[in-house]
Amino acid sequence: MSTRLATGGRLIDRSKPLSFTFDGRSLGGFAGDTLAAALLANDQMLIGRSFKYHRPRGILASGVEEPNALVGLGQGPRFEPDQRTTTTELFAGAATVSQNAWPNLDLDIGALNNLAYRFLPAGFYYKTFMFPRFAWKHLFEPVVRLSAGIGRVPKDRDADRYEQAYDFTDVLVVGGGVAGLAAALAAAKGGQRVLVLEQTAHWGGRAPVDGIAINGMPADAWVAETVASLAALPNVTLRRRTMAAGVYDHGYVVAQEAVADHLPGADLPRHRLWRIRAGRIIAATGAIERPLAFAGNDIPGVMLASAARDYVVNWAVSPGDRTVIVTNNDDAYRTALALHDAGLVVPAILDARAKAAGELPALARARGIRVLEGRGIARVKGGKRVKAVEVCAQAGEGAVLETIACDCVAMSGGFSPVVHLYSQPGGKLVWDAANGMFTPDPARAPTGADGKPFVTCAGAASGALQAADALADAHAAGGGEAAQAPRAEAAAEAPMQPVWMMPQGAPAKLRFKMWLDFQNDVKVSDVQLAAREGYESVEHTKRYTTLGMASDQGKMSNINGLAILSDALGQPIPATGTTTFRPPYAPISFGAIAAEARGEIFQPLRRTPMHDWHAAAGAHWEPVGLWRRPYCYPRGGESHSQAVNREVTNTRQNLGLLDASTLGKILVKGPDAGRFLDMLYTGVMSSLPVGKCRYGLMCSENGFLIDDGVVVRLADDAWLCHTTSGGADRIHAHMEDWLQCEWWDWQVYTANLTEQFAQVAVVGPNARKLLERLGGIDVSKEALPFMAFTEGTLAGIPARIFRISFSGELSYEVAIPASHGLAFWKACLAAGADLGLMPYGTEALHVMRAEKGFIMIGDETDGTVIPQDLGLGWAISKKMPDYLGKRAQERSHMTNPERWKLVGLETLDGSVLPDGVLAPAPGANPNGQRATQGRVTSTYFSPTLGCGIAMGLVRRGPERIGEVLEFVAAGKSIPARICDQVFYDKSGEKQNV
Amino acid sequence: MRRYSVFAVAREALRFHAGWGRAWAAPEPKRKYDVIVVGAGGHGLATAYYLGRNFGIRNVAVLEKGWLGGGNTGRNTTIIRSNYLQDPSAAIYEKARSLFETLSQELNYNVMFSPRGLLMLAQTEHEARGYKRTVHANALQGVQTEYIDAARVKALVPIINIEGPRYPVLGALYQARGGTARHDAVAWAYARACSDMGMDIIQNCEVTGVRSAGGKVQGVDTSRGSIDCDKLAIVVAGNSSVLAEMAGFRLPIESLALQALVSEPIKPAIDVVVMANTVHGYMSQSDKGELVIGGGTDGFNNYTQRGSWHHVEETVRALVETFPIISRLKMMRSWGGIVDMTGDRSPILSATPLGNCFVNCGWGTGGFKSIPGSGWAMAELIAKGAPGPLAAEFGLNRFREGRFIDESVAAGVAH
Repeated sequence: MSTRLATGGRLIDRSKPLSFTFDGRSLGGFAGDTLAAALLANDQMLIGRSFKYHRPRGILASGVEEPNALVGLGQGPRFEPDQRTTTTELFAGAATVSQNAWPNLDLDIGALNNLAYRFLPAGFYYKTFMFPRFAWKHLFEPVVRLSAGIGRVPKDRDADRYEQAYDFTDVLVVGGGVAGLAAALAAAKGGQRVLVLEQTAHWGGRAPVDGIAINGMPADAWVAETVASLAALPNVTLRRRTMAAGVYDHGYVVAQEAVADHLPGADLPRHRLWRIRAGRIIAATGAIERPLAFAGNDIPGVMLASAARDYVVNWAVSPGDRTVIVTNNDDAYRTALALHDAGLVVPAILDARAKAAGELPALARARGIRVLEGRGIARVKGGKRVKAVEVCAQAGEGAVLETIACDCVAMSGGFSPVVHLYSQPGGKLVWDAANGMFTPDPARAPTGADGKPFVTCAGAASGALQAADALADAHAAGGGEAAQAPRAEAAAEAPMQPVWMMPQGAPAKLRFKMWLDFQNDVKVSDVQLAAREGYESVEHTKRYTTLGMASDQGKMSNINGLAILSDALGQPIPATGTTTFRPPYAPISFGAIAAEARGEIFQPLRRTPMHDWHAAAGAHWEPVGLWRRPYCYPRGGESHSQAVNREVTNTRQNLGLLDASTLGKILVKGPDAGRFLDMLYTGVMSSLPVGKCRYGLMCSENGFLIDDGVVVRLADDAWLCHTTSGGADRIHAHMEDWLQCEWWDWQVYTANLTEQFAQVAVVGPNARKLLERLGGIDVSKEALPFMAFTEGTLAGIPARIFRISFSGELSYEVAIPASHGLAFWKACLAAGADLGLMPYGTEALHVMRAEKGFIMIGDETDGTVIPQDLGLGWAISKKMPDYLGKRAQERSHMTNPERWKLVGLETLDGSVLPDGVLAPAPGANPNGQRATQGRVTSTYFSPTLGCGIAMGLVRRGPERIGEVLEFVAAGKSIPARICDQVFYDKSGEKQNV
Repeated sequence: MRRYSVFAVAREALRFHAGWGRAWAAPEPKRKYDVIVVGAGGHGLATAYYLGRNFGIRNVAVLEKGWLGGGNTGRNTTIIRSNYLQDPSAAIYEKARSLFETLSQELNYNVMFSPRGLLMLAQTEHEARGYKRTVHANALQGVQTEYIDAARVKALVPIINIEGPRYPVLGALYQARGGTARHDAVAWAYARACSDMGMDIIQNCEVTGVRSAGGKVQGVDTSRGSIDCDKLAIVVAGNSSVLAEMAGFRLPIESLALQALVSEPIKPAIDVVVMANTVHGYMSQSDKGELVIGGGTDGFNNYTQRGSWHHVEETVRALVETFPIISRLKMMRSWGGIVDMTGDRSPILSATPLGNCFVNCGWGTGGFKSIPGSGWAMAELIAKGAPGPLAAEFGLNRFREGRFIDESVAAGVAH
């Protein structure tokens, strides 16, 4: 059984006991434990069930590479599935539950799959479940989905908060092991800004566990001293519990800091996502031990040799009373020594190599530990727990030579450098055959804009597995001189011998029980099946078998799997290659990625100066880009449509007030501004006299109408371009695109002034009266005729008044500095109370513009419509030699008389046409689709006319006025007559008063 | 071809599956083929398959520079839908969708087509109007869709937040027979069927040059030698401009990185596909339990098959807001692919200036769902030398004539 040892444990604080639960059972641990360590200390070796066969799963590793020991952690709004126990720091009251087992972990119904394992090899689902056809969706898929999936679904909205931060550094060192610290110190002494990230709560990595001495002192002491000197340097920042998840081009690094996972209840963000721009990245990310592939290597109690050592040394947890070591290298002997020295029994070390003659085997032998050379494991006996191992010759086919009773197996298949951060941005690897591992190829590192490598691996991550080499390598990576490198003293290791399958000649029966991917249940036999069936690319094998697709993303399985694949294909491992390394290195929370951007501040909310007034007035909001605009202002129990009708009627009869501040306002200024605008708009803007307004259309290069608005000439060299509310930023970017990329020599400056000005539309028969009452500017017909503009002081506030109308009424748009917006709005309300003044919202605006036959970008246009389709030829200059879209509009399809053109539509019964309905034409097209001849683009109930009105695009529409079209909605036919699109005040006398 | 069935699997189980043969052969290239298809992605393989199935043209090679299905076929978010606004789009995507319905049975390979239902959320009045328009258009196009209200959205997707303060869900465009399929399996199933028809699928065979004379293609030079052909089809999304340049013509294509990502696997949480175009993100759940998430493309051209982090953030933000319970789940993997973008975001299935060379590209972010329809239409184009009705509107000349097929109003960010 696994248990807590009476003494030792360099990371735990025995004076601080903590209690927690697993599947409802109350257990105890100490501060400094990981969940995995605490579970093991309570003899809880069985943690969960595997993906496909629901096999019992225990703890395999001691770090981020753990594929098995995942639990559900927390409750209610703090529940999180798939929490890795090996990286979760224990905290008081932690509530954990096992995963993928029903009704419970011990008696899991899903484990029936395990009995049928021979019928469920890799990819069996591609060959089955095809009949009857409907059964996949209704029967098979639901069963597959229920059986798969592992973690439980959270039920509640997350109760924690998250934040993001930026950092900038010359050198980013990822990994706070001895290599990372050595690299950081060397770089820091060179005067560069250095940031060091360590994913765990502790500095030092594996070295202290391995019992290495550095510069004549124990590793722990050297680590403490080095961290202290780094912390004292002003140019160094140290962050623990921070995992670099992804390296992107140009030295952009994303890292997640676990700020409060271990401090539940603290008033802190749970995670902090760091976005770091680094000049250079040193990935001192160490190496991860590989499992060995032998039958039964997935039974709880089989774990990595390095992990067994970690549990004993770091947390004083014995993984078992009797631990058999099985290895192909010397490092695992350190585990034997550690276990033995902790008073535990190591019945044997099975060394697959023909000879174990190094310094470490000698130490083991000196302690009386049996070392069996050329031996391996034929099979592990046990179900939910290891009971014994059957020993065989590695070179043979699995004949059992001896059975050794044990409750733990510590295995080591060698180490794989953690090259993820180097490989993610494109760094290439080379195969080191002697050590059976891929290492970074210095000649093909990811390069930055200067052509120089921007990610360098250092220490074990670069393949320097021995402590002395690792320190020298890391010191050099940090820019240090060789003579100053820290010196490590460690037992010399003899060469390892790659072992990809144990025993070498294992028959199918054993290969069907050799796990490669422990979570996804991918075995040696599955990879061999994939190879046999022609899924020969490593990517095919991965996708066909799901090897490496579990939540450890192949950290435990990939190298072993591709070695098996290479063997099956009879090709060397480098010819097989690896799958692509992708961010994140280990999973990071969506919460941290989204951070504060939720709810009201999901996106920045743009507010006009009158925003709060609208809210107080009970506005019903409508999102428009990042703005929120009043759709209408319902009063005393009115429905939205009643409110809209009232607002329209009141504006037409009395006076309406619209907050038009969201309207885009772009200042275009400079000696070439007129020439620029002539290219940008279809009409001529350079000829516009100062003090006048002109309606303008903007098209894309392809001729399609993209925006419209009123252009005002403020001065000889300055124009103010109004854009649609949603279009301001897009159009400003469009202008800059042309200015910066095409007409970079034109002297034009643009400034988006949208938020500098509040704008209020004063609309209706009483509009002039109101402005006269406010006083200060002559707004008479003579002084300020239609399509003119003036500046002055209105109601004591500096103002520009544009005499323009989007409603067909007498209308002034008044622009005032944003800081005066609310004051002006209130001044209008006060002065207009007896003039019938009421504010109106966007829907009334839409209704009034539709009554007047004005187009709306996004309604009458959809990216396929040119101004000529909309009867806007009058706004297109015939004289201009060019404007954006002109050539495109001359193409054959654009000038085709069959194009759909804008008309008005009125139903015969006065009803409102549904949104977006189409009018079929006789027959069908060659694809069998009903032919069509028109569609509705805008449709409203007009309170002014008391009936439905609509605009639409109809084939040869303007030639067909009076014709009745049948529109079809949900199979029902609705007849509507084609008419003029102007429904209200055709002569324009209302706006020209 | 050995038929796949539950009985075959059972028989093989008794002998540890030692008797399975290759799903597709690995032949050496011949000197000449009737048709060479460059690109063994879903589109290329489907093209070859329908050349054989519909036109009896079986002396076909499909050349692949890497591993088959390794481009966007193996990188997408597996969504299948045909709720397009414009007639030509609806026609080809609905053809594809209807072929998906029976693809597993036809190819004797379970591609796991799952018509689980697909929702496109309307989160502004403008978007709602756009989707209503699409529903009306779909009705006339023979595509079954409906506009549903927010309550029905909530019933279909219990984990959705329909009352977000910024962009409350107003309704959705719902295609009940839209859904997903297993993307790799689609490529593998077509490859197996092509191989069974005697076609040569040649992997690790990179085309390095296109040989032509007198306005006609003679053959291609490859990393495995020179191969002649009567007709050449270029079906290489993500690399289309490069191949076209070899053939001596230009394409109106920009190449952009598109990213996707998955969560760690959880039990069934969402049964349908949800696309939220106003906030830029979409999500479904794979049969393995991962939430499969996609978003927008980078704003700059490149070929790296990576992408920029800020797109991941934008997408995840959108989905955490839409599905608040995912906040405590974790991103397990993200990846990128290169998509072809045309000026109108619609594909190109077209003859080219070289009389016997045809091109299929420009599917943008929406290629996977169209694979069967695209292959069907492309095979017809190659076999007849002229487009059939499905491909007729997607010719290159549309850019010259201004006959764009622009779905942007209906498709928003995600295609």
